[in-house]
Amino acid sequence: MSPKTHKFKGGVHPDDSKRLSASKAVVDAPLLDKYTVIVHQNIGAPPEVVVEKGDEVKKGDLLAKAAGFVSVPLHAPTSGTVTAIDKCEGPTGIRVPSIEITADGEDTWGDCMTPIADWQQAEPADLKQRVSDAGVVGMGGAGFPAHVKLSPQKPINTLILNGAECEPYLTADHRLMLEQAEDVVLGAAILARILGLETAIIGVENNKPDAIAALEKVAGKYNVQVQGLPVNYPQGAEKQLIYALTGREVPIGGLPMDVGCVVQNVASAVAVADAVVKGRPLIERITTVTGEPLVNPGNWRFRLGTPVSKAIELAGGVKYQPAKLLLGGPMMGFAQSSLDVTVMKNTSGILLIPAEQVSLYTSEPCIRCGKCVQVCPMDILPATISQAVENERFDWAAQLNVLACIECGSCSYVCPSHRPLNQHFKRAKAEIMAARRKEQKK
Amino acid sequence: MSEETIASIQLPDPVQLIVSNSPHIRGGETISKIMVHVLVALAPAAAAAIWFFGFAALQVMVLCTVGCVAVEEIWNKCAGRKPTWKDGSAALTGLLLAMNLSAGAPWWICILGALLAIGLGKQIFGGLGFNPFNPALVARVALLIGFPQLMTSWVVPNPGNFAACDALTGATPLGASGEAVASLSNLFIGNVGGCLGETSALALLIGGFYLLIKKLIKWQVPAAFIGTVALISAVVHHFNPDLTQPALYHILAGGLLIGAFFMATDMVTSPMTANGALIFGFGCGLITSVIRIWGGYPEGVSFSILFMNALTPLIDRSTIGKPFGYIRIKKEKD
Repeated sequence: MSPKTHKFKGGVHPDDSKRLSASKAVVDAPLLDKYTVIVHQNIGAPPEVVVEKGDEVKKGDLLAKAAGFVSVPLHAPTSGTVTAIDKCEGPTGIRVPSIEITADGEDTWGDCMTPIADWQQAEPADLKQRVSDAGVVGMGGAGFPAHVKLSPQKPINTLILNGAECEPYLTADHRLMLEQAEDVVLGAAILARILGLETAIIGVENNKPDAIAALEKVAGKYNVQVQGLPVNYPQGAEKQLIYALTGREVPIGGLPMDVGCVVQNVASAVAVADAVVKGRPLIERITTVTGEPLVNPGNWRFRLGTPVSKAIELAGGVKYQPAKLLLGGPMMGFAQSSLDVTVMKNTSGILLIPAEQVSLYTSEPCIRCGKCVQVCPMDILPATISQAVENERFDWAAQLNVLACIECGSCSYVCPSHRPLNQHFKRAKAEIMAARRKEQKK
Repeated sequence: MSEETIASIQLPDPVQLIVSNSPHIRGGETISKIMVHVLVALAPAAAAAIWFFGFAALQVMVLCTVGCVAVEEIWNKCAGRKPTWKDGSAALTGLLLAMNLSAGAPWWICILGALLAIGLGKQIFGGLGFNPFNPALVARVALLIGFPQLMTSWVVPNPGNFAACDALTGATPLGASGEAVASLSNLFIGNVGGCLGETSALALLIGGFYLLIKKLIKWQVPAAFIGTVALISAVVHHFNPDLTQPALYHILAGGLLIGAFFMATDMVTSPMTANGALIFGFGCGLITSVIRIWGGYPEGVSFSILFMNALTPLIDRSTIGKPFGYIRIKKEKD
């Protein structure tokens, strides 16, 4: 274990609130009568639906096949009947295509992929194909297809597993590393083999010493390293994690492969291990259901397509009305307006936020205190960019490198004037990208 | 789970859910909290002023503070804006203005100062956050030019005697070049004539230290400001002791400490970048030294800060750093 880590500039230290669920062991959520699986759960092209209404499916059967390289297939979370191919509430508030499966209660596996028990001898290309076939994506939140990252066009010398889990409240990865340390390490070793590497490094924030200890106990088995990291949000942001572990800076607009790195989430690594060793596609994930309003916060293993309302029921319901319902963590998660939205491959958390933390702010003028500049992990000037956006000067915002922004929200978190900095940057990025697309068309 | 427990489970009402952009939690910092911290940091200096100059000092502080808040609210009322006194910035400007006046300042100077600070210094530009110059200093300099006699007549300190305050003196510690009118220890404690907030170096250092600990000011500003003044005065004094006082005298006398810790560090009117703060502090120190040693006024702190305020947008623009990941782009292009 190398003791040297690099401290990235800036960052904030919100109360991590992980105590609500950190000690709760993962529980398998009971089988439901019905699952509504959202078709498009990955970054890239939505997969093509291959089932029709009325079809009988077994657990793990293909529901939709990958449509292109940057796309992943989708599998049935349980056995039963396809009762609808329709639209349901999506995580961004827009209704999205979905497949409704009415469970037969048997929960029987279909003809799954054959396990590759001797993966240490298997061809890396076959292993990569398996990752792709199993529909594995980045489960930390982005949902980027895992096999695409495993097909770098540049030489790779470092594989990093992201176990930082720097978002407050979330403990899904924490419990996973603690309870399935061996699977994490196994997944790391398989990913390393695919990339032709001898070793991998797992980065974990130091607020999870039990997870670090559990991983270290088994890490030697496959020559994997475990590295504790200082607690500093956004430690788990890809670029900050790479810098912390290697001292390399991913260029603006670049990818980890530009500095010889591949980063995968720890949950994705476990999904890879399951796909290879057990031949199982990605149909379930660990999600933290938490927040002060809940009666019994905890961590559950949910099938894809489980409605949020069922998850909240498992957590005992609410003691009082929350102000917000989020998918993901409080710093980067998405606020929801419906309890019908369902668990997806990248749903790391279902979070209920009480009203006292969501006071509705009126944004005041910038007093140029510079706190946003101090905490920005990308070292840009949030205050100035925000003023450029308010003046609709997107050219100026681009000059000030707004495209480097990772939308971590640290600037909005510290702003004493409650300025909507993060929103401004999202808008600026959208406007700039739209303008560039227009330019290209000409 | 039995039927009954399921029935008692309460789900959130989706209609009441708020949908907004991330982040969904906030650090809890507010403008008024910042202003209250700065007011607290000024408390030792204010207490020292009352100790040395008596109730007259308190009267000036109350008049200026109340005056500034009143002017701001009247302006808000006339402009059809919401009240802003709660953010504390007008009160802070008022107290800073008082710190820049003599304990012997008549009541109308205080009110006129409040009008100049809030009206001319702040509201005319659009209120908090939009003023290019430090409002308290705008008022001080305008008053200094308009009423030079009144603004440079200091009350002789009378420690602990709160009621007595009549003796006026024109002698200021920085006035007579070459000869010290006050001992260093008196300058440090504050037992000298001068503006309310200029006198006690000790009280100002305590307040400045508080601001640094609370990370409400950038250390670069006072460090560069005081450092530059010290360096220039030390060098000049070394080669020509008749021209000016030694460095320590320059640091303790006059408005350097309050200027460096409380005026130059004003968030709105000083640079946001760390390097910009260094340049800003250096510029303030340079101009202060030049005015003090060779200029027509005995004191140059206010002028130097106002001048550097004007340069702040330029400094900010020229000190924009390279973002994370920028270096490699450049290397690849090369």
